[in-house]
Amino acid sequence: MTRQKLADRIATAVLWAAGILILLILAGFLLPILLQGLPVLDWQFITTRSSAVREGGGVGAQFFNTIYITFLSLLFSLPVGVGAGVYLAEYARPGRLTDLIRLSVEALASVPSIVLGLFGMILFVNYMGWGFTILGGGLSLALLNLPVLVRVTEEAIQGVPRSYREGSLALGATHWQTTAKVVLPTALPGILTGLSLVAGRALGETAVLIYTAGVTASRWFPNPDLMVAGETLAVRIWSVTSEGLVPDADRIAMGSSALLILLVLAVNLLIALPLWRYRRRMR
Amino acid sequence: MNRVRTADRAARVVLTACATLVSLVIAAILLFVGSEGLLLFRDVSPFEFLFGLTWNPPLGRYGALPFLVGSVAATAIALLIGAPLGLAGAIFMAKVAPPWMRHILRQAANLFVGIPSVVYGYIGMTLLVPWVREHLGGQGFGVLVAGTILAIMIMPTILGVSEDALRDVDPTLEEGSLGLGATRWQTIWLVVLPAARPRILAAIILAFARAFGETTAVQMVIGNSPVLVRSLTTGTATLTSQIIMEMGQTPPGSPWNRALFMMAFGLLVVSLLMILLVRWVSNRGVAR
Repeated sequence: MTRQKLADRIATAVLWAAGILILLILAGFLLPILLQGLPVLDWQFITTRSSAVREGGGVGAQFFNTIYITFLSLLFSLPVGVGAGVYLAEYARPGRLTDLIRLSVEALASVPSIVLGLFGMILFVNYMGWGFTILGGGLSLALLNLPVLVRVTEEAIQGVPRSYREGSLALGATHWQTTAKVVLPTALPGILTGLSLVAGRALGETAVLIYTAGVTASRWFPNPDLMVAGETLAVRIWSVTSEGLVPDADRIAMGSSALLILLVLAVNLLIALPLWRYRRRMR
Repeated sequence: MNRVRTADRAARVVLTACATLVSLVIAAILLFVGSEGLLLFRDVSPFEFLFGLTWNPPLGRYGALPFLVGSVAATAIALLIGAPLGLAGAIFMAKVAPPWMRHILRQAANLFVGIPSVVYGYIGMTLLVPWVREHLGGQGFGVLVAGTILAIMIMPTILGVSEDALRDVDPTLEEGSLGLGATRWQTIWLVVLPAARPRILAAIILAFARAFGETTAVQMVIGNSPVLVRSLTTGTATLTSQIIMEMGQTPPGSPWNRALFMMAFGLLVVSLLMILLVRWVSNRGVAR
């Protein structure tokens, strides 16, 4: 029996060590970025345009493109993703078609982002003849968002109590009225939480964008033209470190990394705070 | 009343169209990437592509085996490190940690997910690669650092899904075991973990798929030499890193271009097989 007690003690110690190790690893990643990246961030860095060969360039256009492309990708994927999620949760009847759609969602979620990038390249860059464009990048990125949005919408709707629907239907509302006025508002917090997850991933995505939106940015900004190439912050970090000629590549990469992480956190907060108030009001 | 009925019918049509569009997208991806890739075999034999060790497109040599081996090696290292760590973290969070520690770890897991893959790659490149070069020898670049970075990237997935799975295990099972005098660890190891096994296994398979398909982070630390892996700390390449490196320099329709598309199609097929495997594992768990 004492041996079992000893094993229990050791296991507990090992599990604590694992938990602490996970925190240390996180610190090992975040601290260097924040310590070296935050000092780089000033108004000039965020608002001047980048230089291909000279020192001292900023990431103004890339900062704008990051937000712009992410916004476009959500604009394209949100209606379709939520629509498909509502279909699966509220309308789909068990059968072959539903099985096929479920399998498609899972399959699309598992497609590596580089493959989505190549698909976007064939379709938008070559076949449509657009070349590298912000629009092509946004559309390709939408494909990355789509399956996640379908899944979170379906899960959020499944969490809505049955009695809500029955109450609405019993009052004579149609299926769609019930879905739009009762089910979706109740499921909204869950959908928004999923949206912040999707937005965070889209902001930092590289492999989808390198061969669809390209690795060059407009000379001036904000440039809302959809049909020009649009390098994002994440792609900038990649291009400046793997093939860049600028002498201060490390400064740009560290600064952009810190900026990107702050941006992801800001978007999460932006969605989480109103959500928190909405939840309190719903009670 | 009539307008309400029309809206109801229109909504059904629109929603069905949205769902069907998802199926069309995945079909189009398979078709476009597949047809572009499979055209390679007009110029290159499938045998050479799959088993050839020489990648030298200017000389017409398209052996992609080194990249496949590189991908498998990096992913295997990622699972060897990431799966035990993620699982241990999940057991800790679900069964051992006090609430305040659980709260901190949950926030940490969210932060891990918020770090973009290019930032993981950059940290690996600037901190891990020089450290490995100094302490373990070799070039530093290679499957060891790539696998380590991937391990950290997939760990939050394994952690999150496994914790949910452990938490959902019927508490009466646990109480029964503890009531019979088993220690907490015996209960976790002999009762809770086996009960949660299907979902943990599914999480590990999904993590495998994610690591296998990760591109930017791997490309930044793998060294990008198109040769078979020689050691843990010398440069090699993976399927994804080679695609991102060379796609920009190949003219559409050339065998070189098609070879890269064929590699992408291979990635696609592997990820679809993983989805089927996850379904099989989950269903088997339910059947018991």
